[in-house]
Amino acid sequence: MKGPEKTVDCGFRPITLKTGQGFETGNTRHEWDLAKMMKDHKVLAEHKYEKSKVVRGYAGRTLYVNLSTNEIKEKPVTEEMKRMFTGGKGFDLKLLRDAIKPTTRWNSEENELVMAAGPLCGTTQYSGMGKCLAVTVSPLTNMVCDSNAGGYFAPYMKFSGFDAIEIQGKAKKDVAVIIDGVEGKVTIETAPHEEVNAHLVAEQLTYMYAAEDTDSARQKVAVVSAGKGAETSYWGILNISFYDPRRKVARLKQHGRGGLGTVFRDKKLKALVARVEHFDGLSNNPANPDKVAATGLKHHREMRDLDKSQCNMRVVGTGNIVEVMDAYDLLPTENYRFGSHPKAANLHSHHFYRRFTQVIPDGCWFGCTMACAKVVDGFSIMTGPYKGMKFSVDGPEYENTAACANMGLWDPDWVIEWNFYCDCYGLDTISFGTGMAYYMEMYEYGILNKERCGGLELQWGNAEAILEFMHRIARGDKDEFIQVASKGIRRTKDWLIKNGWGDPYIIENCGMEQKGLEFSEYVCKESLAQQGGYGLTNKGPQHDEAWLIFMDMVNKQIPTFADKAEALHYFPIWRTWFGLVGLCKLPWNDVTPVGNSTAKEPAKVPEHVQNYADIMGATLGREIKPKDLIDMSEKVYNFQRAMNVWMGRGTRKEDRLPFRAMGPVTEMEYLSRKDRYDKQLVESIGLAKEKVAKMTTLQKLDTTKEYRLDQYQKLSDAVYHRRGWTQNGIPTPQKMRALGFTEDCLLDMLQERIDADEKAGLNVWGGKYQGSEKPPSADRKYWEKC
Amino acid sequence: MATVKIIVFHPEKCKGHGDCMKACSKVHHKNDKGGEWSAIRIEKSSSGFAMTNCNMCGLCIDLCPVQAIKRLNSGTVVLDKKKCVGCQACVGFCPRGVMRRAPEVIVPFKCIACGACVRACPEGALELKEVDLDDIREEVYAKHGRVCP
Repeated sequence: MKGPEKTVDCGFRPITLKTGQGFETGNTRHEWDLAKMMKDHKVLAEHKYEKSKVVRGYAGRTLYVNLSTNEIKEKPVTEEMKRMFTGGKGFDLKLLRDAIKPTTRWNSEENELVMAAGPLCGTTQYSGMGKCLAVTVSPLTNMVCDSNAGGYFAPYMKFSGFDAIEIQGKAKKDVAVIIDGVEGKVTIETAPHEEVNAHLVAEQLTYMYAAEDTDSARQKVAVVSAGKGAETSYWGILNISFYDPRRKVARLKQHGRGGLGTVFRDKKLKALVARVEHFDGLSNNPANPDKVAATGLKHHREMRDLDKSQCNMRVVGTGNIVEVMDAYDLLPTENYRFGSHPKAANLHSHHFYRRFTQVIPDGCWFGCTMACAKVVDGFSIMTGPYKGMKFSVDGPEYENTAACANMGLWDPDWVIEWNFYCDCYGLDTISFGTGMAYYMEMYEYGILNKERCGGLELQWGNAEAILEFMHRIARGDKDEFIQVASKGIRRTKDWLIKNGWGDPYIIENCGMEQKGLEFSEYVCKESLAQQGGYGLTNKGPQHDEAWLIFMDMVNKQIPTFADKAEALHYFPIWRTWFGLVGLCKLPWNDVTPVGNSTAKEPAKVPEHVQNYADIMGATLGREIKPKDLIDMSEKVYNFQRAMNVWMGRGTRKEDRLPFRAMGPVTEMEYLSRKDRYDKQLVESIGLAKEKVAKMTTLQKLDTTKEYRLDQYQKLSDAVYHRRGWTQNGIPTPQKMRALGFTEDCLLDMLQERIDADEKAGLNVWGGKYQGSEKPPSADRKYWEKC
Repeated sequence: MATVKIIVFHPEKCKGHGDCMKACSKVHHKNDKGGEWSAIRIEKSSSGFAMTNCNMCGLCIDLCPVQAIKRLNSGTVVLDKKKCVGCQACVGFCPRGVMRRAPEVIVPFKCIACGACVRACPEGALELKEVDLDDIREEVYAKHGRVCP
């Protein structure tokens, strides 16, 4: 297997020493007739608006675009909306719920893609303040899925005049929606000639809509696009561009989870563009810019002094944890069967360090000095339609590298190739990697084979087959396997079981999806709290709500169910806050201040929480305490769960996990960590050593399984109780009222569901409590007294 | 060999008048408040007077996301206020702490080796001196970031 030609010597080298204002990436230059492309845009609808300044973090209005009727209108942002939903994901959910029905599905006419900034989004003085938050009804989960991404779109949309955009309906032909902050107008335009694949369309539209032919003007354009793969799979992502003036490349960040790109292409959207006339360090117009800048400066200095001895994000990005996960048996390999692998050393961060170009401000929004958006420049593509061309490839980030470990792909150059095409075709690296890992395991067991896979030989690490699978998705290949497998693990499980090709227990429990969404890349078998962190989530198994593995498994800080429940109450709500205001979570705890380890609750990084409270207060112009941030977030977190209930989901049944997430599914898995599991049979379950010695592996497997399933149910009991939900996981009207929701139809809907659960006998504890064990409350209807 | 002019301090001559800082704040902020409005800072310590000021290493050039900082042909590193987006990355990362932010001004400022402070000092404690650029940069870049094995 031949790797690509190495065009860049990415050793540590300060680029400006040699070249001043830029450098040669070696990328293939594209020649396009942009004038003709632009000329052939037919304006289907135009809406002129009054340009105005952002006031204390809010533009004060949202934008509604209907692609079926070509209607464009503005909606005001009310004080009530700010009080209850804050912004960002909060605004997204509110606007979406007002627009859809409980029966709405991803491809329904009324489904919307809603994208929002937040009141802190666009701040340049503190790291990680340019995130876009997007929601839609997901093709994978049939309920609301939210996803965040960096890039310049959300800040530019806000500085152009809008806190959020709702896109409803479907166009007949490919269109682009342009938010033109220079001219003060929004247009829906046909876009017949532009490419669909992200790297190319982002570059074309960046050049087309730049106010002049300068890097500076191109840096004021942001393009949202998907890719060909998003048209045919349920793994579609949105790519958000940010023009890099040194590389002269429109780089991309991704809204990965939940198939947002699939919805985007279903609406026949080729691109969404925002361009801004001007922006500076005060464009977000905080009430107290001095306080914002002073807080940001303190954090920049921590980055300067501490990152190199902590995570080294500035040099290798999020990939710094590949070796850590490998060392702690947490790096998913061969579909989460194992947590480490002898070949994993091939993917440790220093291999990517050599390929990344260093000493460039690699933040995906201005002023982010964590700068984790690393790039391999001038990478020679090895397969597919762009074979032989050279591109700057963003990443790989940890999730991408770990997804490759999961597929048994141990060559860094193939990781980069795979990463490039996932972004280019608009495919979610996490869902694709976790999905393919599952198909490969099924292939190993003979449940899938070459014939059933459309001629693909899906052995572990077969890079050519993995890439071919992807190219065939992008080509819209009609082979049954390509069609089903690209719709995700859930649909594939159903397909395998329907065809009777294997043991349904193996098929169901090896596939790492829950609620229809594929897991992200951590092995959580040995951390019950993280099983809850994945399982007891609003949108599905994604680590953005809680990452508790080290707290739980390594540092043993949350030993009891009540401790774990408290963590699974606080962290999901705290992490939700970032999505409300338009921030990245990484600068919160991927660098920690001196003295954090001796703080009262080091996992919360209290000094940084205070920073956020200070900046929020300085932006809004009123005193904000850390507790106020939690209050904002708890409203939206519960509202999202209530929306899930409204759409017929969001109960204990949906919160169940495949057993692969909780423990060993197969005998081989048990034997691979035999000492650990045998020890647990004695120490955790209380069996006599002699008895364990006499048990068969299958008996041990069953006993382990029964114990762990019960542990998860007990955890669910404790978490639902702590969150103030019923035993079936329903947020109660009492809870919602306490959070400030007064809308009768929402409260009545929840009460009706609880009454129905009561009749069906579902308002009962899930764990089997024996001996001295007690459920979280003696009162079964504790939730009525919230 | 590329050279650059930087301000050199002779502490033994300094009497601590502060005229240099007032002259500097006049250049940058059109006021004579000196202190935190001045790019050059002279501070008294137990061992006498000490200066902190820019040595034109240029690390800030690589940190700026909008390329607002550049090195002129003369070697001097300057910041374009119109391009700046006020992110403070250059202020936070300056290895000498001499990229500065004045109160209530979001755009940072730095020494441009204009010589106003040299001319303002009645004691001749400051001097504009031409030095070899490579000597400065090598030291700074070697300390920047952790290098993987």
